[in-house]
Parts: sequence; C-alpha cells; structure tokens
Amino acid sequence: MAEVVLKGVEKSFGSVKVIHGVDLTVRDGEFVVFVGPSGCGKSTLLRLIAGLEDATAGDLFIDAERVNDLPPAKRRIAMVFQSYALYPHMSVYDNMAFGLELAKATKSEIDQRVRQAARLLQIDTLLDRKPKQLSGGQRQRVAIGRAIVRDPKVFLFDEPLSNLDAALRVQTRIEITKLHSDMKATMIYVTHDQVEAMTLADRIVVLNAGRIEQVGTPLELYHRPANLFVAGFIGSPQMNFIPAEVTQTGPGNVQVRIAGGSALSLPLMPDDLRPSEPITVGIRPDHVTVGPAGPISGRVALVEELGENHLLYVDTEHGPRLTARAPGNARHRIGERVSVTFDAQSCHLFKASGEALAARGSSPTPAGSSPRMNLA
Amino acid sequence: MSDAVAGRITPASARRRRSSLSRSRVRAAWLFIAPPLIVLGLVAGWPLARTIWFSFTDANLNNLREYEFIGFENYLANYDGEWLGLLTDPDWWRSVWNTVWFALVSVSIETVLGMLVALILNAAFPGRGIMRAIILIPWAIPTVVSAKMWNWMLHDQFGVINDMLLRIGLISAPITWTASPDTALWTVVMVDVWKTTPFIALLILAALQMLPQDIYEAARVDGIHPIRVFFRVTLPLIRPALLVAVIFRALDALRVFDLIYVLTANSRDTMSMSVYARQQLVDFQEVGLGSAASTLIFLIIALLVVVTMTVGRLRFGEDAR
Amino acid sequence: MKILARIGFWLLVLMIAMFSLFPFYYAVISSFRSGTELFSVAYLPERFDLVNYLAVFQRQPFGRNILNSIAVAGSVVALSLALGITAAYAFGRISFRGRSLLLFTILGVSMFPQVAVLSGMFELIRSFGLYNTIPGLILANLMLTMPFTIWVLTTFMRELPKEIEEAAFVDGATPWIVVRRVFLPLMAPAAVTTGLLAFIVSWNEFLFALTFTLTNEQRTVPPAIALMTGSTAYELPWGAIMAASVIVTLPIIALVLVFQRRIVAGITAGAVKG
Repeated sequence: MAEVVLKGVEKSFGSVKVIHGVDLTVRDGEFVVFVGPSGCGKSTLLRLIAGLEDATAGDLFIDAERVNDLPPAKRRIAMVFQSYALYPHMSVYDNMAFGLELAKATKSEIDQRVRQAARLLQIDTLLDRKPKQLSGGQRQRVAIGRAIVRDPKVFLFDEPLSNLDAALRVQTRIEITKLHSDMKATMIYVTHDQVEAMTLADRIVVLNAGRIEQVGTPLELYHRPANLFVAGFIGSPQMNFIPAEVTQTGPGNVQVRIAGGSALSLPLMPDDLRPSEPITVGIRPDHVTVGPAGPISGRVALVEELGENHLLYVDTEHGPRLTARAPGNARHRIGERVSVTFDAQSCHLFKASGEALAARGSSPTPAGSSPRMNLA
Repeated sequence: MSDAVAGRITPASARRRRSSLSRSRVRAAWLFIAPPLIVLGLVAGWPLARTIWFSFTDANLNNLREYEFIGFENYLANYDGEWLGLLTDPDWWRSVWNTVWFALVSVSIETVLGMLVALILNAAFPGRGIMRAIILIPWAIPTVVSAKMWNWMLHDQFGVINDMLLRIGLISAPITWTASPDTALWTVVMVDVWKTTPFIALLILAALQMLPQDIYEAARVDGIHPIRVFFRVTLPLIRPALLVAVIFRALDALRVFDLIYVLTANSRDTMSMSVYARQQLVDFQEVGLGSAASTLIFLIIALLVVVTMTVGRLRFGEDAR
Repeated sequence: MKILARIGFWLLVLMIAMFSLFPFYYAVISSFRSGTELFSVAYLPERFDLVNYLAVFQRQPFGRNILNSIAVAGSVVALSLALGITAAYAFGRISFRGRSLLLFTILGVSMFPQVAVLSGMFELIRSFGLYNTIPGLILANLMLTMPFTIWVLTTFMRELPKEIEEAAFVDGATPWIVVRRVFLPLMAPAAVTTGLLAFIVSWNEFLFALTFTLTNEQRTVPPAIALMTGSTAYELPWGAIMAASVIVTLPIIALVLVFQRRIVAGITAGAVKG
C-alpha cells in the first residue's frame, strides 16, 4: 500500500513532448482512473509509473521513495495489460508463479500464494491450462491473478477491459471494485471509457494532450467540471454548449443573453467578467425540457428512442442543435415545432479561455441526492 | 501476504542496483550483440581486410608469411613499356564478361519463369502444398550434386538429354553440351534456371498471397480482362517484392562458383570471376593476383549492395519503430 | 472451353513437376545401374542393384564424409542460433544508437562473395592450425550462416507482442531471462526455420570445403562428390556418383517435404520483409 506522487513529470519521444509537467498525488489505498481521449498520454503516464518508460523530467515517488531510476520489478508495482500479456507457453499456474520464482521465493511459498490468488479469482480449476485454452474473461482473471500474487503496493491497469465483450465488461468491472475493497491497495487504472471511469474511480484524472485537465471524484467532475473540455468529455450524451454574451454581473450572479435573445440569470461567481464579454453556457441534456411553450423555439431534428427515455435533437432557431432527454412516454415527431426551456440552476458557464465559473457558495452536491446520471 | 518474498524486493536491496529499465536494456543489447559481432569480425571482417592487403603484395600460397608490398602491381604494372597485371589479363576480362552475361541471362529467364510458376501455384487447386514442396527440391539439392546430375544427363555420349532430342528429331547428332564453346555457358544458365527458379517463384508467390482478394473480385465484377488485371494491378503491387528477389538473385549470380566449377571445370569459355580468382589463388598459388581479383569482385558486389541498400533503406525505415 | 483451360492448367502443373523432379528421378534410376548398362539410356527403372551404393562406401571414406558434413552443419547451426537469438532480441526489440547501421552491416556481410575472403580466411585457418580440419570449416561457414540467421530471427522477433516482454519486466525478469524464459520458447518455430536454412546452406557449401581441406578423410560431402574419380582419371564412375548424390539428397528432400511451410516462411522472412 502506498502513495504515488508525481512532481513535474514530463515525457518526450524524440522531439515530441507527450506529457507536459504532470503533478499528481494518488493517496494510499485510492482507486484513481486516468481517462481521456486517445493520444492524451494516459497510457504513457501509467507506463512512466510502471517504469516501462523513463521520465524525461520530474520526479516519481512510490511510498515516499524516488523511483525514477528503479526498474519496474523494484517498484513494487504490478500491471495488468490490455492484451493480458500472458506467457503463451506457460500454464496458468506458471504464469502466476513466474514473478515469485524470479524473486526466489520458496516452492511452498509460491504454491500457497498462487493457489490463494486463484481461489480468490475462482480460477483454481484452470491452473494447468495454457492461456490459449482460456476464454477472454478467464485470461483477464489470470492477468489479475498474476498481479495479485506479487502483493504489490500499487496495481496498474492499462485498459484491461477493452478486449472483453459488453456483458463481461460489466461483470469484471464489479469484480475489480470488489477486489479493490478487499485488497485495500492503491490502484491506478487507465481507460478511454468514461463509464468505467465513473463507476470504478474514487477519483478521476482527466487528461488531454499530455496535461491534467481536472482531478476529482466522479460526481465533482460531473457536476462541477473545471473547464469546457471536462464538461464535454464527461457525461453522455454530451453537454449542450450555447454561445452567449454577458449582460450584467452582480455578487454571486451572472446574467447572460443567449443567441436568439433569451436572458438567463445564473447563480455563479462572476469572477472578473465584464458585460458584453462572450461566454459559453453549458447545460446537460437531462436538464433540458422540451414542451409546447418556452423561451427558445426550434424543430425536432431527430428522435432516438431508448425505451426508458428518449433523446431529442432540437434545431433551435438562432442557436445550435440542442440535445434533450425526454421521458420514455413522450411522443415527438421529426419536424415538429417545440419550445425548449432549461433550469438556470443547472447551467454551467465557461469563459472564453474554457475555464468554468464557480457556483455560488460552492457547496458540493447534496449528499444522498443521486443525480440522474445516464451514462450510456 | 507480504512476508519473506516481499522482503526481497524491498527498496533496501533495490538501492544496490539502481538502473532504469531502458538503460539496462540498452546495456543488455550491447552485451547480446557483442559475441556475434566479434565472431563476424573474425570470420568476415578480418579475412576481407587481409584479402585486400594481400592484393597489394606478392604473397604465394606456399609461404604466406613472407611477402613484399608491391602496390598496385597485381592490378596494373608497366615493365619496360609492357603492361601487365590483372587488368591486362584477357582471361580475367573473359571471366567478368561470362559472369555478367550469366547473371543477366539467368536472372531474366528465372524471373519470367518464376513469375509464371508463382501465378500457377497461386491458383487454388488440390495438391498445391505438394507442388510447393516439389519445386523446393531443386533449390535444396546441393549445387554440387545438381551439377553432377546434370553433367550425367548432358553427357555427350550416354546422356539422356541428347537421347531425348535425338528421339524426337530435334538434333541429328549428339551435342557436347558442357565442352563446346557454343553451348557451355547456355548449359550453365539452363542448370541454374532449373535450380533457382523455385527461389524466385516462392518469393513472388509469397507476395501474391499477401495481395487483398477483393481487388480481384472488383476487377472481375468490372469485367476487366485477366491479362490486363495482371499488368495493371498485380505487377505494380508485387513490384517491391519482385525487385528484392531479383536483386538477391543477381548478387548471388555474380558470385557463382560451385555450378560452373563442377559443371565445366576450369574451362575458359565459362569461367566466372570467382572461378578465376580461386584458380589464381589455389591452383597457381598466386595469392597476390588472386586476392586482387577477389578484391575487385568484392568491390563490384559491394557497389551493387550499397545501391540496393540505399533503395532498401527507405523500405526499412518505414517499419523500424 | 472451360474444360480445355482446366486441362491446360493441369498440363502446366505436370510440366513444372516433371521439370523439377526429373533430374533426381534420373539420378535414382542411374544409381541402380552399373557397368555397361550405363552406356544405354533408360527412362524406367528396370532393376534394383545396390552395387553402386556399396562402392561409394568401399572405394572412398564416404561414410566419413557424411559424418563430417553432419558435424560441420550441426555445429554451425547450433553456434549461429545460440549467438543469433540473443542478437536478434537486441536488434528486434531494443532501440539503441547505431542499431540500423549494425544491422545493415550484417546484412551486407551476408551478401559478401565467398571468394572475397578466401585468401584471408585461408591465412586465418592456417594460423589457427585448423587447415584440413573440421573446426576450420565450422569457423569458415559461420561467415555464411550467422548474418542471415541474425537477420531472419530479427524479423521474427519483431513480430512478437511487446506487452509480453513488458509483463516479464514487471515480473522482475532481466533482459537475459526475458530471452531465455519468455522469447526462446516463443521463438522455437522461428528458430527451427532459421536452423533449417542454415543447415541447408552449410550442408551444400562447396568453395570453403574444397579449399580448406586436403585429404579425402576431412572432406565434407560436396567436395567428396565433386572430386570422385574412377579407376582412371578419364572414366568417371557415374553410377557411384549418382548413388552418392541420391544418398546426400534424400535427407534434404525429407527436410523439405516435412518443413516445406517453415522453409518458405524463412526464405520470405529474409527477403520480402527485409
């Protein structure tokens, strides 16, 4: 169990810089997920922690020890790879025993630990098989077992579920959560799938173009995205963005006018905003209501019927296309004229720089009130 | 779970061997390539350097310890107005011409035939695997053995080839294939074609089998004539592989030795550069002159290799990470 | 029309097979005939006389020649693979300065004309006291087999997944252990392929074997066959030569038939992918 600390970590491949000075502390026993679009550097960051790549600059600490110059095996980490990376010529047992054997553990020691991990993962009947005789899910378990056996301080997962089918992915996700609560080990997990990130993480690190955009709990990221990128990346369907203009500011209040003329009064800290400054209003589809009357009018361009609820895509007269989530019993036709309203309380404002305005009072989400978070 | 084993991989013991993974891998890389590099230096680099050195001396095979440096005299020298040396030896130039002619003719024939064989074997038919093994056999038979087999088949009095040709009336009298100046080099080419067409055919076949099938289906749907498809689609697509095969074969043909030595012995009519060099070196014991010939052969082939590699480097650069 | 095309196709296939096999077939037939029988041409086997096969072993140390060939080819294969596989790991999986240049130099060596090193090699072998010995031939043949062994193994090594190697490093393996415990088993098929090619090259090698041996007892098979003489210098013992040819070709044909796919993979790995 250990804390992982990154200080000003940078990485370049040749002349291409892929990690631009990352500072991050992963607390002892925490489950942290790195998420971001492909090419954002999340895997590279994980491989830097693992020691599979050398940091170009900065310091890396695991359990208060600087590990920049340590090979992976000496960092007390274990890694689960996307392709599982099982040794194809070794049995399941030997796959799990290999690391211990290299660490010169005794035979009985190895046997006890391999069998214990195998029981935990319910693969104890597969120990004599070769990897190619296993299903994808079983291979995944062996890969995790190989990590557990080494009793590492930090578990690293590199997109471990992306090769599994949808049903197995959900199941394995639950098992990993359980594993984390059982082992109480520090875990760092890389994924491009925000559902995995939201469901697994204690805290999520959103990465973009080699930089950390925001670090926070899943709900913090959902409810209080720090910037346009995070707001757009977390949540599905994506948050609506509407160009607007500041009309007036007051203490803990910002008034804006969105394209088409509607005015909104938002309970946000105005910072140093000035009137007539361009600004972006963000509103999640969940908070957009479509009805017969309202301030913004438009036409239904597309209806996606999901059963439980529907997604309506509305082309507004003066603004962009908006996405709204409507109850499953609502009936809308393509081309129908509708009006759109949304709750000012649920709106986000983003300055031209992309930075979000803080909410008044900045109180976190009320405990117990689980928001309607529909991550497809 | 953390106990004795865990204890062994603690930071305390780690501190003794502080080294990041990439650094230790690079160190291992040099460690791993050192032995083969040393061996290659010993069995290729050093002998080559010595050969080049000998080409500037008057060394004799009887006593390789005592020799004198004579500069370029093995290549070209002027004694009392008379030009001597390798570059004035008509036999050498004859061997150069023989080798180049042999390489050009045999590789051209092999390429065309190899292409035909590859196209035939690329069709799906029962027994294709066996056919592939069958055409490999001439390639795998030791050159000396195939030369002997053909020697026997081409025997002027008892040879089966003459017998066949006489029977079907193509010739009226037996031909002395390997001895007659008119036919000797053609005979060498024929045996080489028999032996190495499979090599080219297999390389082309491998390239053909990497081609996507859907472009052929598309061409068929469009109703394009197969011959047109071959010249407009297949040939351009396999050109890189074809080029590599041809260059490999050409380099191989330029250093031909076994076949000619066994098939036609030291006959002037067919002597290749390699046969010439060895004859000077071993039969006439003239290490200096033989080495000069060897050095020239090396230079000719090295030049071709360098040209090949500059072309090949572009291809290599793509898949190197 | 379709049937005609079909017949034409099979005729072509038949022709290719005939052209490929006839010399060997004819050698087999001839090897069973002796004396004056050889002075008439026969297209079909008519008798099964082993006298030439006995003569091959009685008139010269042909058994010894075969053993020499096996010893030379076997040692050359073992040495080339042992040195080649670690080098292939370094060249195929580790990026270090000078890698490309070294790899191209090695490829260049594989294109050396043998005759270019002949006098230098002669001196080297003599100075080691290895003239007319089997170890001398092993040393010389390494020049032929090592470069392409490294080259072919490198192209195979490149195809192995990177993550398996990384998993081994996380498990605490050193580069040496990665090669020995992880890649060596995975490379076994590639090593068989490359080993076969190296064996064939060494088994067939002629120029070095001819030049660096003196006595019949030290010769490998190719020079032994090339220098086979009859009772007089002008009368070659064709029956015996054909018998010897058949003997040394049979194991090669067996290898080709069994490992046909692997050999083709090796040839193309060395050329097409390079």
